[in-house]
Amino acid sequence: MAEVLVLVDHVDGEIKKVTTELLTAARRIGEPAAVWVGEGAESGKARLAEFGAEKVYVAPAELNDYVVAPKAELLAKLANDASAAAILVSATPENKEVAGRTAVKLGSGVLTDVVDVDAEIVTEHSVFGGSTITHAKVTAGIPVVAVRPNSVAPEAAQGAAVEEEVSVELSDAAKGAKVTERVVQEKGARPELAEAAIVVSGGRGVGSDDFSVVEGLADALGAAVGASRAAVDSGWYPNQFQVGQTGKTVSPNLYIALGISGAIQHRAGMQTSKNIVAVNKDPEAPIFELADFGVIGDLHKVAPQLTEEIGRRK
Amino acid sequence: MGVQGGWPPAMNIVVLVKQVPDTATERKLSSDDKTLDRAASDGVINELDEYAIEEALLLREKHGGEVTVLTMGPDQATDSIRKALSMGADKAVHVNDEALHGSDALQTAYALSRALGRMEFDLVVLGSESTDARTGVVGAALAEYLELPQLTLAGKVDIEGRAIKVQRLTDYGYDVVEAQLPAVVSVVEKINEPRYPSFKLIMQAKKKPVEKLTIADAEIDAAKVGLANATTETVDFAPAPPRAAGTIVKDEGDGGTKVADFLAEKKFV
Ligand SMILES: Cc1cc2nc3c(=O)[nH]c(=O)nc-3n(C[C@H](O)[C@H](O)[C@H](O)COP(=O)(O)OP(=O)(O)OC[C@H]3O[C@@H](n4cnc5c(N)ncnc54)[C@H](O)[C@@H]3O)c2cc1C
Ligand SMILES: Nc1ncnc2c1ncn2[C@@H]1O[C@H](COP(=O)(O)O)[C@@H](O)[C@H]1O
Repeated sequence: MAEVLVLVDHVDGEIKKVTTELLTAARRIGEPAAVWVGEGAESGKARLAEFGAEKVYVAPAELNDYVVAPKAELLAKLANDASAAAILVSATPENKEVAGRTAVKLGSGVLTDVVDVDAEIVTEHSVFGGSTITHAKVTAGIPVVAVRPNSVAPEAAQGAAVEEEVSVELSDAAKGAKVTERVVQEKGARPELAEAAIVVSGGRGVGSDDFSVVEGLADALGAAVGASRAAVDSGWYPNQFQVGQTGKTVSPNLYIALGISGAIQHRAGMQTSKNIVAVNKDPEAPIFELADFGVIGDLHKVAPQLTEEIGRRK
Repeated sequence: MGVQGGWPPAMNIVVLVKQVPDTATERKLSSDDKTLDRAASDGVINELDEYAIEEALLLREKHGGEVTVLTMGPDQATDSIRKALSMGADKAVHVNDEALHGSDALQTAYALSRALGRMEFDLVVLGSESTDARTGVVGAALAEYLELPQLTLAGKVDIEGRAIKVQRLTDYGYDVVEAQLPAVVSVVEKINEPRYPSFKLIMQAKKKPVEKLTIADAEIDAAKVGLANATTETVDFAPAPPRAAGTIVKDEGDGGTKVADFLAEKKFV
């Protein structure tokens, strides 16, 4: 069976859930081979094996010193050497760029924001604000596919996870843009936004940088916190929590929007959520068009009551 | 590539803009060739490209030089060119050829790289994503074709001499990325607040030069663009099943409890 390369998303050796989803999807197509960049493969390997990785390619951390291009060189080289059936990456902004450059190098095609992929590498997409479902395929070369987190249900299956060191001689072009500093803005104990099963987001309706009404509900549900651009722009919540077209795309089982009007750019980032709850004092707010359950009312009354109710019912 | 006389050197900036269907109107694919049905909705400039134009203009104001708009698209794309020129860009290049119809993101990046190959520039600025395709790969693919440093997803850009530094937004905050010009920069909407065209600039825009290029002019290989040579294919499309209408209630002092009931029914609590 041909190898299917899966670019691993990890933070210091801890594997993100999306990687288990990609390995699951890769097994439909061929034999999953995980591609690990940086330190920590030793500790992460067991989990890759648990989701069926037969092989784990380990590339040096140096690749992370430059923007995107080194990873594309790595993936293109591995794909060519192994005559891979496909390359799967998560559809994060960064990995979509990796996917694009890899496809250019391979002379193949790229499909991004995929919500499902089958054994024949036919991909499903939700486009135009979720109003249209399309299916697509790559018609040239080794398909490069970027799959959205939370799209494929991860299923365990034992793999051998045989480790293989790879060395890459980076081209000068790949070293053009150097990362000279990484700035980590506050990261709490909450689940990560793109991966969370439940997301509670606050918008302009929260009214101030006191986001405790949103955070309190999120914590009661074990959820991640998100924010609309209006809340981010007002300086109430850090930028990396923005949900929407230019923020994160989330697809949780439950999305709760507090004081968010539901502008098209916000919807672009959350409309594939399985259940949507909205609290807004304006009955005309477009977010209600999406809501499975909506409350017309003041979020500062509804959300605390909900938080308390959840506590009571636990 | 074009360092002009004088110090600091003036900058030649090319800003990429794309005409997209208005997100406020209904967007459709056409049933004959499964490409975007441009007749079905109004065209507008891709929102993020206004931020790209603004950034180019701010850089010009600081460093001197010229801002050239580059777009690839059918006749209607002239609207976006007008918009960019009336914001203050100096001139435009419009690649327009029937052979480009149906090009995918990588083919678009290839074609744009060819057009750029015959222009003098120090910096290419584009949006990080378009509202229609939403692929977000054009900037990266373009950097690959041009073999230039990729400084994408920029929330802040600083240039000093030939050194460029951006804040690249990431999952956890941002990375500081440094390179030497020429380079490719894509912007996110945090970066600035696009200006409104003044009446004076709108009038001036009508007289600004717009160069029209066919694929032959731009030396774009016809075998590498267009629907027939696309690297991806849309197999089928259909309207998404409508979401079941939700339950909307008015808060009568028990709104929170009602949501809790809904969550319990769905087994979230
Ligand atoms: C290029 C571009 C990219 C963008 N990208 C994004 C993006 O990624 N994400 C994003 O979110 N936006 C994005 N936007 C902005 C988007 O267009 C909207 O402006 C934004 O989503 C509005 O945020 P909001 O819903 O919080 O604020 P508003 O639209 O002001 O809505 C606030 C809502 O809160 C309600 N409200 C007020 N007080 C209360 C209360 N006490 N209780 C209950 N309800 C209350 C109001 O009725 C209103 O509906 C983008 C815009 C552009 C141009
Ligand atoms: N046909 C085009 N002509 C000019 N610029 C384009 C074109 N297509 C995409 N771009 C640029 O690439 C950016 C990202 O687009 P995309 O990768 O398609 O989401 C856009 O914001 C534009 O700046």
